[in-house]
Amino acid sequence: MSTADLFETTTGSLRRRRAMTDRLVTGVIWAAFAATLVPLVWLLWVVVSKGLPSIDGNLLTHDMVQRLDPTTGKLQAGGGLEHALYGTLLVTLGAVAISVPIGLFTSIYLVEYGGRSRVARTITFLVDVMTGIPSIVAGLFGLALFTLIFGVGTRMGIMGSIALSLLMIPTVVRSAEEMMRLVPNDLREASYALGVPKWRTIVKVVIPTALGGIVTGVMLAISRVIGETAPLLVAVGAAEAVNRNLFDGRMMTLPVFIMTQYGTATPEGYDRAWAGALLLIAIVMVLNLTARLISLIFAPKTGR
Amino acid sequence: MSTTPQLEQAEPGEDLGSPGPRSSTSYGRGDRLFSGTALASGLTILVTLAAVFVFLLLKGFPGFSADPDVYGPSASNFWGYVGRLLFGTTLAAIIALVVAVPFSFALALFTSHYAPRRLAAPIAYVIDLLAAVPSVVFGLWGARTLAVTSQPVQRWLDAHLGFLPFFHGPVSATGRTILVAGIVLAIMCIPIITAISREVFKQTPRLHEEAALALGATRWEMVRYAVFPHSRSGMVAAVMLGLGRALGETMAVAMVMSSTPIVTLNLISSTNPATIASNIAANYKAEDNRIQTVLLATGLVLFLFTFLVNFAARYIAGRGERAQR
Repeated sequence: MSTADLFETTTGSLRRRRAMTDRLVTGVIWAAFAATLVPLVWLLWVVVSKGLPSIDGNLLTHDMVQRLDPTTGKLQAGGGLEHALYGTLLVTLGAVAISVPIGLFTSIYLVEYGGRSRVARTITFLVDVMTGIPSIVAGLFGLALFTLIFGVGTRMGIMGSIALSLLMIPTVVRSAEEMMRLVPNDLREASYALGVPKWRTIVKVVIPTALGGIVTGVMLAISRVIGETAPLLVAVGAAEAVNRNLFDGRMMTLPVFIMTQYGTATPEGYDRAWAGALLLIAIVMVLNLTARLISLIFAPKTGR
Repeated sequence: MSTTPQLEQAEPGEDLGSPGPRSSTSYGRGDRLFSGTALASGLTILVTLAAVFVFLLLKGFPGFSADPDVYGPSASNFWGYVGRLLFGTTLAAIIALVVAVPFSFALALFTSHYAPRRLAAPIAYVIDLLAAVPSVVFGLWGARTLAVTSQPVQRWLDAHLGFLPFFHGPVSATGRTILVAGIVLAIMCIPIITAISREVFKQTPRLHEEAALALGATRWEMVRYAVFPHSRSGMVAAVMLGLGRALGETMAVAMVMSSTPIVTLNLISSTNPATIASNIAANYKAEDNRIQTVLLATGLVLFLFTFLVNFAARYIAGRGERAQR
């Protein structure tokens, strides 16, 4: 090669330099990809290896209330996260119950009624802006809303549901809107031609056709909010016992459980935090994968 | 459910009620009700956003002018307090962006132009998985794993780059510093910036790319002279949306570092500047009602701040779209 180098013309060396730069950039980009995998793999590995040993029957069936242990005669915390599982389930269901109707009807408005009117454009813009609301601000909103009505110190599960739905609605609207726009206009017009009123066309033709995509969007939205901590910490607080009433007092949720157990700064606390983190990641991943699966099953057919 | 049965639903006599003639009023009423509900839902969003602002303002208003002692030892009035917090918020976000932006663009390019086509989709999915990890898990990992592991690195930074104000010790013994918090934030921003810039890169007209290649450009030159100019506004918007995420993130910051509202450029000491969000999460339990109102007021400032950033991002993205038309 070195003899060849001597005969290189200026153009040749320029070409070589360009090729080198190209290869260098390609290398850098591959390296960046590899480097991004590092935290993901590292995090998953740490969570699984530290969380798995702590997950057992006791963890899943006990709360953290201190009870008298019959054998030792000492007060002992239950050492489980049953209450957090209930809380996460209920608060999230509450958020779904609020945000799915609002989100769905909003996207119906945007796709079927709004057109390019000023109202529709404003709503689209605000939905975009809403995507960027910091989660803790949503929590503060829930807190401010309810303390204004029920007085200072109010904490209820439903406050968390409202805060979460604030974060969920934009995701639901965007995905449902996108899916309904994919529904071919021919289907709508075929329905109109048969004398079917618009609203029945929407209910019986547009929504069923887009259903797969809408369900996927809702599930992705759930997986986005189910791990939210800050709004629940502020609006719902923490509890040690199972509370199955969304409208009565504090509730424990899985993310807040991880946070509080981490806050105890004891080995047992850390173990429980890791176990909770593993459960939470598992829930989120299952939701995510199910959503993708649903969209895989439905998407190609609605696209045609 | 496949499309075929749904198509059949649109056919007469299937499920659409009597196909016979109906009075136009019954059509009209159903439609009016339905479109009314749809419009009301849309307006709910409008009202909700306004309500967020109004309620935070109502409940947080006394926080703008509370007793000086509420603002703690470091500040004497609201603007001093929130100014220090804004400094911390911005500092953490800047660290996050400095780390995240190069990686994100590289990753986006990787999935849009560099990766073998069969790999690109699974890789994009893996990056989306990063976005799905809850922030509290990131916080736990950052505080318990990354901070501990990176502590020697931070000591090294202090020893060799200590002349810079950023790494001027004393080094935190636990490693739980704003530098680590910023890196955790960066990892959380990467999926967002990557996802948006990937879409933007992909929208580069195929003809531009092929024209560049036909002129003898290498792949990098094609990216530099065809893809980047076309995507500039989208890239800016992606970064700003990532910034919005970094500004508002709470748990990762609150769990990684213990912080106080101070102004310092020192990234590796044990006294860290607090961010607005982490400060709320750390103090929301305070019994003192005055502190609650101050926190609500800082929340309002954060809301407006992120609103402005997102607004600017959407505006830039929209301008780019308009310019392309």
